[in-house]
Amino acid sequence: MIPLGLVPMPCPGSGEVPAMILDAVAQVLEDVYPVQAGLRRPVAAPPEAFDAARGQYSAPVLLKALLDACPDDGGKLLAVTRGDLYIPMLSFVFGQAQLGGRAGLISTARLEPPFSGFPPDEALVIRRARTVALHETGHLFGLVHCQTPDCAMRLATTIQQFDRKRAALCPDCAALLLEKQR
Amino acid sequence: MKANWQILIVDDEEVMRESMAAWLREDGYDVDAAASGREAIDMARQTDYAIYFIDLKMPGGIDGIETLMEIRRMRPDASIIIITAYATVDTAIVAMKEGAQEYIVKPCNPEEISLLVSRIIKVKNLQRENRILRQKLTRQYHFHDIISKSAKVREILDLAAEVSSLRSTVLIRGESGTGKELIARAIHYSGDRAAKPFVAVSCAALAEALLESELFGYEKGAFTGAAERKKGKFELADGGTIFLDEIGDIGPKLQADLLRVLQEKSFYRVGGAEEVRVDARVVAATHKDLRQAVAAGQFREDLYYRLNVIEILIPPLRERREDIPLLAAHFVDRLSHEIGKQVRHISDPAMRILMDHDWPGNVRELENAIERAIVSARTATLSEDDFAFLRHGGPAGPLHVPDNMTIAEMEKLMIEATLRRTGGNVKEAAVSLGIDRSTLYEKLKRFGIER
Repeated sequence: MIPLGLVPMPCPGSGEVPAMILDAVAQVLEDVYPVQAGLRRPVAAPPEAFDAARGQYSAPVLLKALLDACPDDGGKLLAVTRGDLYIPMLSFVFGQAQLGGRAGLISTARLEPPFSGFPPDEALVIRRARTVALHETGHLFGLVHCQTPDCAMRLATTIQQFDRKRAALCPDCAALLLEKQR
Repeated sequence: MKANWQILIVDDEEVMRESMAAWLREDGYDVDAAASGREAIDMARQTDYAIYFIDLKMPGGIDGIETLMEIRRMRPDASIIIITAYATVDTAIVAMKEGAQEYIVKPCNPEEISLLVSRIIKVKNLQRENRILRQKLTRQYHFHDIISKSAKVREILDLAAEVSSLRSTVLIRGESGTGKELIARAIHYSGDRAAKPFVAVSCAALAEALLESELFGYEKGAFTGAAERKKGKFELADGGTIFLDEIGDIGPKLQADLLRVLQEKSFYRVGGAEEVRVDARVVAATHKDLRQAVAAGQFREDLYYRLNVIEILIPPLRERREDIPLLAAHFVDRLSHEIGKQVRHISDPAMRILMDHDWPGNVRELENAIERAIVSARTATLSEDDFAFLRHGGPAGPLHVPDNMTIAEMEKLMIEATLRRTGGNVKEAAVSLGIDRSTLYEKLKRFGIER
C-alpha cells in the first residue's frame, strides 16, 4: 500500500473543505487505488497563488506550495481546496496532478451546484468530488485521459460533461493501472 | 493513437508553458516546451512536431510571427496555433497570413483547446492513414519512407537518391528482409521515370523457361498454350524501371539473354523473330555474393559488370541496431492501426529483447515479430511476454549438430521441418522462417525440396 496524504488547502474567502468530502474522497481512493489514505495537516494557500484580476488560484503555484510543505516520504499527496483553480493558459481547471508524480490538487469550487446556478446539493458535491479525486489520482499513477464516456479518467471541460462520468475507472483504465504497478 | 503525436509549446514564461505542457500530457500527448523562438526552431529541426503552440509576444531575439514563419518553412505540414494575451486584428491577420492554423486568446476555455487539438489530431490521423493506404495500394515509396538513423543507411540513401535519375544499372545487395525492393522502388519513384511503370520480377520464383517468357513475352504459337502474343515484363517496363529480384539465381541461358538486353537495349520475344526495342532501367537485387558466383563459374563475369555499375549494399539489421527502436515504434504504430488494436508502446524489458535478438530475417522478421506480438497482446503495452516466441522459438537445449554438417544441409532441414509444420503452406513457412516468399521458393528449388 502506498501512503496517500489528503491535504486540506484552505484558500482565503473560500472556507474550509467539509470533513464529509474528505472522508468520501479517502474512501473511494482506497477502493480503487493501492493506497492507504490519511488526512494530513492543512497547508494554507500562499498569497501569491491568488490572481486578483481572475479571482482564481494558480494550480501550479498551489502544487509547488504543497510539495514544499510536505517532505518526500515515498507516498503521494492530494490537496483539496474550495478555491477556484486556473493554469495561465486556461480559464479554469477542475484539478491538476503531476503525471506519474507525487502531488495532485483538486478543487470543489465548480463542483458546487450554485456555481452553475443550481440550488445547493451536498450529495451531488460529494459524488463529483469522488470523481475528480479519482481522476487526478489516476494521473499520479500515470493514467492519461480515456475515451470511455463514463470513465473517471475521461477529460471533462464542462460540468455537463463531468456529470456523465462515474466515480469509477473503466475496465481498460483499471487494467492499465494494474499493468503500471507490475 | 495520441502517444505518437508530439506537441511543442513555445512561451517565454515558464509557468505558462510548463502548466500547459502538463495539461496536454494528461491528455496522452507527448509534449515538449521551448522558452524562446530560437530554442523552438532548434527543436523543430530535430523533431517533427504535429502541433506548435507559439506565444506571439516573446522578448528578445525572434518573436512569435518570426518563429511561425521559420517553422512553417521547415515543417510545412505542421499545425501552428498562435497564442496571445490580447486579441488584435492586425496580428491575427498577420499570423493567419503566415500560415497559422488557429489564433487563440489566453486564458482560453479548456473545452476550446481540447476540441481544437482533437480536431487537428483527427485530421492528422486521417492524413496519415490515407498516406499509408495509398502507399500500400500503389507501393510508391520514396527515400523519406525509409526509416533509419544509421549513418550507413543514410549514405546508401544519399547514393540512391543521387543515381535515381540516371539510366545506369543498379545492383542492390543485402540479406533477405533488408528492404531491397523498397530501395529499388524509392530509386524509381524519386527519379525522372517516376511517372512510368515500375515492374518487379522475382527470378527465384519461376522455372527458367517460364521466367524467360515472363521477362521477354512470347509470340502466338511459340509453345503449346501460347494462344496469343503476350508482352513480357521488359516491354511492360518500357520507359520505366524493371526490378529483377534474386538475379543470382538465373541460369546461363537467361544470363546471356539479359546481357543482350543490357547491351543492345533490345530482345526477341520467345518464338519471335522481330527485334523489340525497349528503354527500361534495370535495378537488380540479390542476397548472394555475385563476385563469388563469378569466381565459381556460376555467373557470367560480363553480366556481373553490366549489372554492377552502381552497387548498393544494405547492411543487415544486426549491424545497425540503433534502428531497432525506431523501426519497432513505426511497426507498432502502423500495425496496431491495421490490426485495429490500441497497442501503443513497447515496454523497456521487451525492447531489450528486440535489441538483443540477431534478426536473421532482418526488418521483415522484426515486422512479423511485432505483428505477432500485437495480435496476442492483452494490454496497450507490448511486454516481454509478448515476445517470448523470439526466445522460445528455437530448440530448448543446445542444438545437436552432426559432424560434417554444412550450413546448406542445416538450412534444408530447417525448411523441411517448417514446411511440415505449416502443412506445405509456403507463405506461412516463409513468414515463420523470416524470409521472403520468393527467397523460400528459390531455396526449395535449390535444395530440391518437394512441397
